[in-house]
Amino acid sequence: MDLRFGDSKPTDEEKAAVDDLLGPPTSAWEGADDRSTGDLRWAQGGREARERRDLLLPGLHAVNDRVGWISEGALSYLCRRLTVPPAEAYGVATFYSMFSMRPRPATVVHVCTDIACAAAPGADDFKADVERRLGPSGEAREGVVWEPSPCLGLCERAPAALAIRAGVQGCPALAGSTAQDATATSAPASASASLTEERTYATAVVAPATAEAVEAAARAPQDAPEEPDAGLAVPQAGDPSLKLLSRIGVVDPASLDDYRAHGGYRALRRAFKLGPAAVLREVTDSGLLGRGGAAFPTGRKWQATAAQPDQPHYVVCNADESEPGTFKDRVLMEGDPYALIESMTIAGYATGAHKGFLYLRGEYPRALRRLEHAVEQARTRGLLGPDVLGQGYAFDIEIRRGAGAYICGEETALFNSLEGNRGEPRSKPPFPVEKGLFGKPTAANNVETLVNVLTVLELGAEAYAAIGTGNSTGPKLFCVAGSVERPGIYELPFGATLGDLLQLAGAAEGLRAILLGGAAGGFVRGDELDIPLTFEGTREAGTTLGSGVVLALDSTVPLPQILLRIAEFFRDESCGQCVPCRIGTVRQEEALGRLAERTEGPGAADDIALLREVGEAMRDASICGLGQTAWNAVESAIDRLGAYA
Amino acid sequence: MKQRDRGKPPSAGYPRLKHPLVRDEKGGPLRRASWDEALEKATEGFRRIRAEHGPDAFGMFSCARATNEMNYVAQKFTRVIMGTHNVDSCNRTCHAPSVAGLSAALGSGGGTSSYEEVETTDLIVMWGSNARFAHPIFFQHVLRGIRNGARMYAVDPRRTSTAEWAESWLGLNVGTDIPLAHAIGREIIHAGLANHAFIERATSDFEEYKAEVEPWTLSVAEQVTGVPADAIRDLAHAYATAERAQLCWTLGITEHHNGTDNVRALINLSLLTGHVGRYGSGLQPLRGQNNVQGGGDMGAIPDRLPGFQNVLDPETRAKFEAAWGTTLEPRHGRNLTAMFEAMESGELRTVYCIGENPAQSEADTGQAVERLQALEHLVVQDIFLTKTAELADVVLPATAAWCETDGTTTNSERRVQRVRKALSPPGEAREDIDIICDIAERLGHEWKFADSQAVWDELRSVSPDHYGMTYERLAEHQGIQWPCPSTDRIEPTYMHGRLWETDPAKRGKAAAFGIVKHDPPVDLTDEDFPLRLTTGRRLDSYNTGVQSGSYASPLRRGEYIELCPEDAAQYGVVTEEEVRVTSRRGSVLAPVWVDPALRPGLAFMTMHFPDEVDTNQLTIEANCPIAGTAEFKASAIRIEKLPVAAAVRS
Repeated sequence: MDLRFGDSKPTDEEKAAVDDLLGPPTSAWEGADDRSTGDLRWAQGGREARERRDLLLPGLHAVNDRVGWISEGALSYLCRRLTVPPAEAYGVATFYSMFSMRPRPATVVHVCTDIACAAAPGADDFKADVERRLGPSGEAREGVVWEPSPCLGLCERAPAALAIRAGVQGCPALAGSTAQDATATSAPASASASLTEERTYATAVVAPATAEAVEAAARAPQDAPEEPDAGLAVPQAGDPSLKLLSRIGVVDPASLDDYRAHGGYRALRRAFKLGPAAVLREVTDSGLLGRGGAAFPTGRKWQATAAQPDQPHYVVCNADESEPGTFKDRVLMEGDPYALIESMTIAGYATGAHKGFLYLRGEYPRALRRLEHAVEQARTRGLLGPDVLGQGYAFDIEIRRGAGAYICGEETALFNSLEGNRGEPRSKPPFPVEKGLFGKPTAANNVETLVNVLTVLELGAEAYAAIGTGNSTGPKLFCVAGSVERPGIYELPFGATLGDLLQLAGAAEGLRAILLGGAAGGFVRGDELDIPLTFEGTREAGTTLGSGVVLALDSTVPLPQILLRIAEFFRDESCGQCVPCRIGTVRQEEALGRLAERTEGPGAADDIALLREVGEAMRDASICGLGQTAWNAVESAIDRLGAYA
Repeated sequence: MKQRDRGKPPSAGYPRLKHPLVRDEKGGPLRRASWDEALEKATEGFRRIRAEHGPDAFGMFSCARATNEMNYVAQKFTRVIMGTHNVDSCNRTCHAPSVAGLSAALGSGGGTSSYEEVETTDLIVMWGSNARFAHPIFFQHVLRGIRNGARMYAVDPRRTSTAEWAESWLGLNVGTDIPLAHAIGREIIHAGLANHAFIERATSDFEEYKAEVEPWTLSVAEQVTGVPADAIRDLAHAYATAERAQLCWTLGITEHHNGTDNVRALINLSLLTGHVGRYGSGLQPLRGQNNVQGGGDMGAIPDRLPGFQNVLDPETRAKFEAAWGTTLEPRHGRNLTAMFEAMESGELRTVYCIGENPAQSEADTGQAVERLQALEHLVVQDIFLTKTAELADVVLPATAAWCETDGTTTNSERRVQRVRKALSPPGEAREDIDIICDIAERLGHEWKFADSQAVWDELRSVSPDHYGMTYERLAEHQGIQWPCPSTDRIEPTYMHGRLWETDPAKRGKAAAFGIVKHDPPVDLTDEDFPLRLTTGRRLDSYNTGVQSGSYASPLRRGEYIELCPEDAAQYGVVTEEEVRVTSRRGSVLAPVWVDPALRPGLAFMTMHFPDEVDTNQLTIEANCPIAGTAEFKASAIRIEKLPVAAAVRS
């Protein structure tokens, strides 16, 4: 590999962070301090070394978790260890919003300013108060810096904030190491590391947030009160008719036994009994459509993957939930983590994969803890590993953390991210079922989709398909937030109307607008309550179900500001790879900025015409869904809600 | 210390020659002349010296960057008009040992495989080759091979940019390639991994080879080469067990006083394992000039006629004598090295030098310049006023082969490709072939080649290996590899498939193991000259820099003496500090660069900036007795800190 290094050296702590992940360097060529005679005569590496490129992202996390930012020296050292050109690694590190290549305080507070939080009552006062207490955003003060953040997936408890403090102790388990050698969380070798509490890694989720609570969490994240139980995000909790949410708020999410006592691992046992081909048939016959937003038939995806002659096959769980307004996957993972482990195992079994990657959003510390614990427990009990359930089938799961990039929810961008590249989407075809992760056949599914598979196998395809409508089968989760009395995750069979759902959640009268499907979705009017919540029903109504976001906005919400926030979001999150999206999202934000200032007159008409033109270009010519949908919400607001009219 | 910005082209770059120059008297200046005057003066010298001293007082330096057609005409000029075989090119300073070694073992001097095979092979050994820098295009094929799953091994004293891509890098002592190769051979034999089916069928002298390598146990080889025994064993097993393997080498093998022996030692390994004569398995000397292969193929070498046909073979000679209407001497001419020696002894009195710059590219350049100055009559035909041209009596402005001429060139994989004229030459500069023909005419031979195709068709008529390559077919197939004896078909991409034939008649002559012995570098290191200097190339520059120096490169940093961090610390020198570098032959000033790819006792320089630091003043003119290539890769030097005042660059 052609590697050009500068003169920067890593600090002992940075080195220890990387070595904890990768083990000590084996030679001076890999970054050991002294050049031995042997080093000067023989160097090994090559393919084996280059194939560790996928550990770049875990390596960046390791340094960032421990030090709080990534210095040039740390980056060089990591690159030397992984034979990655530093310039490329710089491109990767700067791709993610949770990393910083410039010095910053150990504690970073992410304050959500996205749609749901911005629409929450008193949002402006809250932000002003945070500024008063912690200073302007982006400015380091007393060991703390705060930053406005895109949706943190805590919309049912808006407004929300997340404090993360870097430290030596207690960093999240370092992905990349499997269970056998996952000793990385133990005390570091470096003797210089101070063991004071100040240097302990800690996260604190503050939601619903007050400025006072945010400040407290910023000063002492380790002392922040535990988050409310995930079950509280499920207003229907305990309802016996629930399928996907049946265990949330009911079982102890840490206990494998409790999971099994509530029906856990019945589906996997049935899968083994049926055999892979029959599982594929069941999933296909169930009519299950992907719940991540694209609504692709899961059975077809799995069959196509299973049929590929190229080996190995991979299962990827897309848990990079970051569509603004979406939080269902978080609640599932926090409340019922074993269900995801079990369903990924079934997916692996059916598609002929022996390795699953769970790509988890970087902003979900509790889901990470729960899933890590669950994977660990499942391994201990032989439910993951070389011989799952004693059936001679080998399957294991590696959890990889995202680092703050909405685009990584696009599956091919997610693959690139996992492989240690910038999270830029790939052109399709080839499709992931043919060439996905590491160029191998890959079944990539959203969390909710996977969890549905358990229901499919428990009920049987026929019974499952009987739920919902002809084209949209099964139960569906909705993320209801905004102007409702009981925000949270709702499970309804497909076919219920928007009105049914809002009534269940206790929506206020006279809603100004309802955002369906998140920032990539679209607005409908508050009186369009008859829209059936099915894939085909929303399509007919000229809108989308997307990821199941139902965000109710009353008339107090300043619509132009919300649209501007959406545009800002897309401009921020565009990966910049293709021109229509890179330029278009900027032009869109500029035009909406002007419109927010002045909504009438000939100038406004010009800007709206410009928005349409730019929007069409993005929709027609962008590589991936981000650019293609970046204009949807704005368009619907103009056409449906009569914004700027 | 003054910062130098080598990325910019030097202000005194080489301006393009646009009109002929002549020198009226030795020691006088070059002045502008008309074509007629210059050609007449050039011709007069050749005519006079041939008359006074005989044909062998003439020598032709042909050009490895010019077209096949130019090379064909240049060697024909030498043989037919001047009546001597004294024709050679700079291939003598690089790959002559490869040609000699490959011809001796396999009967043909070309690489045996094609680029595409590197992309589909299982194992690539890069031996004495920093192809990442020196052969960047070939290395793209290597990288494709690596991406397709091939493993690459690098054998090089330095951990080069190429070695960084390798599964395993073996950092041997300079000039210990034979011990390493022998130890690998012995290990393969002892591990029972030798391909006896192939050895018995297609090779000769195996028993002698086996006896020769027997003393080279892994531990003895470790002592001599410095490479850990485990690393040698690893390479031996990897090479022997690979289903397909490519063994590639460059000047790290050939630029030694025993370069041909080095080549033979590597070829032995391919014979031992049957890694030759099959698709994906082969031997590849990586050539450095676009047409260094073609120059030799066209007969611009002293021992071969066009089509790589032996001068000593009476039938071959008879064929050419008939075709050319002349008689040919039944002996070899002088190679480049021998011609330089003959300049000193006065046997060689006139040289026609086309597109070469030996005043800077030869080892021990001080000596080379003196010898060129001793010539009675030097005619240089070039596109730039090179250091060699500055010594000439007549300078003839020519065309740049790659854009101002029609013709063909032949690359490292023996592929003949068309070159097409895109630009007209500047000023009065003229087509090389026309200039040669003009001189030929003045010497009484009316050669009329309508165009390059006419030259090519004449070559096809005398060279069976090229017969099937018409210009039409070359265009149609985007180039064709030799041998191509028929206009109806294309031969396999690899050579020597015959060795695998079961029928002895089809198999032909057995490939002989080379019985070669280790012979350490001539220039020994000792207390006075404790450092081993090896030379090489960088990505941003080309040979003596005549062709690359006038283009800017952000990578180019000029000439340095490169030392490992440990040596730099020991000598108390730092990067950019100027030091005196001295060998037994000469002494130069050069700034220091610290490179961790080196190890204690090993220093590195290039020859890209002879006007700044004339590295070849340090190198040794210790020549391979078979191929005549000098030992550029191993000199003994010392470095000395300069007194403080002198350390500041003016």
